[in-house]
Amino acid sequence: MGTDYKALMDRKNEIMKKAIGIDYSAFETGTLAFDFERMMKEVGYTLKEIREIQSQTGVGNTPLLELRNMTRLVRKVAPAGKGARIFLKDEASNPSGSFKARRAATAIYHAQRLGYKGVIAATSGNYGAAVASQAAMRGLDCIIVQECYDSKGKGQPEIIEKARKCEAYGAEVVQLSVGPELFFTFLQLLDETGFFNASLYTPFGIAGVETLGYELTEQMRERTGKDADAVVVTNAGGGNLTGTARGLIKAGAEATTVIGASVNLKGLHMASDKQFNRKSFTTGHTGFGIPFTTFPDRSDVPRSAGRPLRYMDRYVTVNQGEVFYMTEALAQIEGLERGPAGNTSLAAAFSIAREMDEKQTIVVQETEYTGAGKHIQPQLSFARQNGIDIRFGDPAEEIPGESIVFPEHPSLIKARDLDLEKIRKSYITNSLQRAGEKGPVNLTEGDLKYLAEETKSSIDFVSKIIKEV
Amino acid sequence: MKAKQGDWVRIHSIVLNVGERNPQVPEDTARVPLEMWDKGFLLNTEAAVGDAVEVETIIGRKVKGTLLEIEPAWDHDFGRCVPEIISIDRQLKAIMKEEA
Repeated sequence: MGTDYKALMDRKNEIMKKAIGIDYSAFETGTLAFDFERMMKEVGYTLKEIREIQSQTGVGNTPLLELRNMTRLVRKVAPAGKGARIFLKDEASNPSGSFKARRAATAIYHAQRLGYKGVIAATSGNYGAAVASQAAMRGLDCIIVQECYDSKGKGQPEIIEKARKCEAYGAEVVQLSVGPELFFTFLQLLDETGFFNASLYTPFGIAGVETLGYELTEQMRERTGKDADAVVVTNAGGGNLTGTARGLIKAGAEATTVIGASVNLKGLHMASDKQFNRKSFTTGHTGFGIPFTTFPDRSDVPRSAGRPLRYMDRYVTVNQGEVFYMTEALAQIEGLERGPAGNTSLAAAFSIAREMDEKQTIVVQETEYTGAGKHIQPQLSFARQNGIDIRFGDPAEEIPGESIVFPEHPSLIKARDLDLEKIRKSYITNSLQRAGEKGPVNLTEGDLKYLAEETKSSIDFVSKIIKEV
Repeated sequence: MKAKQGDWVRIHSIVLNVGERNPQVPEDTARVPLEMWDKGFLLNTEAAVGDAVEVETIIGRKVKGTLLEIEPAWDHDFGRCVPEIISIDRQLKAIMKEEA
């Protein structure tokens, strides 16, 4: 490693503290434990404040649409009496075209309030456009750092479109080739500019998503007279699920089942130059979903405010072919053309609705914008050019990086449950391992309680797992 | 074609060479450098593609690199026809028309 790299990485904590204005150490309470709720309360904003902040820039209050034809289609492939009503929160109606505007709205407001002249975010996704759009509204400079190309200079059409969109909002877009050292460039830029780190994982960013869960509950009560039976949330870094679930709780929808859904990219290495362009989903997939769920503190802040395992009742995967199929179905039978990645939870909901009673309701809590590059056709066309085998069959046969299998019939769409016990165990093991790297681990009663909260389990369960490992 | 001072250009540079990469990256990634692309207004009086240049980015940062493209354009589009998509459309319409 070069000396510049090492020197900068050694100053990581100092740079980050300056760029985010949070002393995370104030919330550490044990060997592993930190006070998540106190961090959210002291550093974040109240729901009322966030609604006000978001309304200033036209964020939120997106329509809740009932997908009547989709429900009809579900009932055609469900046993008699089964097939829940499907609703969709049309988050593409936000200013930058996705729910990420909620996260960016609070982050940029906060940056402006603290007197920063500009903001930087490291993201290849919709969040970049959201930050750029909000920065434009509040008159701050903006830099978006993107992982964009492989070593041949080839980029996913979806990521290239997002770069265009960030530029459209006046941001400087710094594009990089594949690799986790993006963080090095990100730190360099923070150090050079003194800008705010508009991380996806700050308390205010996550609190920005709470309005989504809150709003959809209000809308469901108005439309159906009761709370949603289930809400499906696409899960990558965990912020969408955490924020939405917290919003549901704040609205009093405690009985609503929270289901995480990720696109199955099993076997593909996210930092591999050769595999970078062999996937057709750049977010919402297991390559982020699993590592961030089983250990959230791997982001660009010391303690992530996205902690999905605290709120998840169920976690399912769907295959790329199924999500593309449902994206097309949404356009063809509902007349809603939206971006594929945002429809991950739709594909999962379609399958889960079949298990539920007709009287029940299920909410797909997001959509995203679509356009050149970021659309089923260019993404599939790109996959085919890269040698991916695209065909009809049983989606269960799909091999990420090799094939995309559309369901021969919609009845073959199947959300596959991940074993949450295994994920919880993996979370506990990861936490102990990470702590063990720093020295002997002496767990207090508080640490055990913390691990139980983190994994939505019990102290007994945590103790049992610790004994096993 | 040469770019003149003030022209909007795209530049390229190497952030980390092979051998400087994070030891944790997969083998295929370790074998290639970490590259960077940025855009800005050319600060040099004149330059050709391949020349070492300096630009001022849209937010006013000064960045050095190799000139890659003059007046860069976006060329992403809706791709080629993927006939399977049309088959999905036809199937869905047929299913929706079936009697319950």
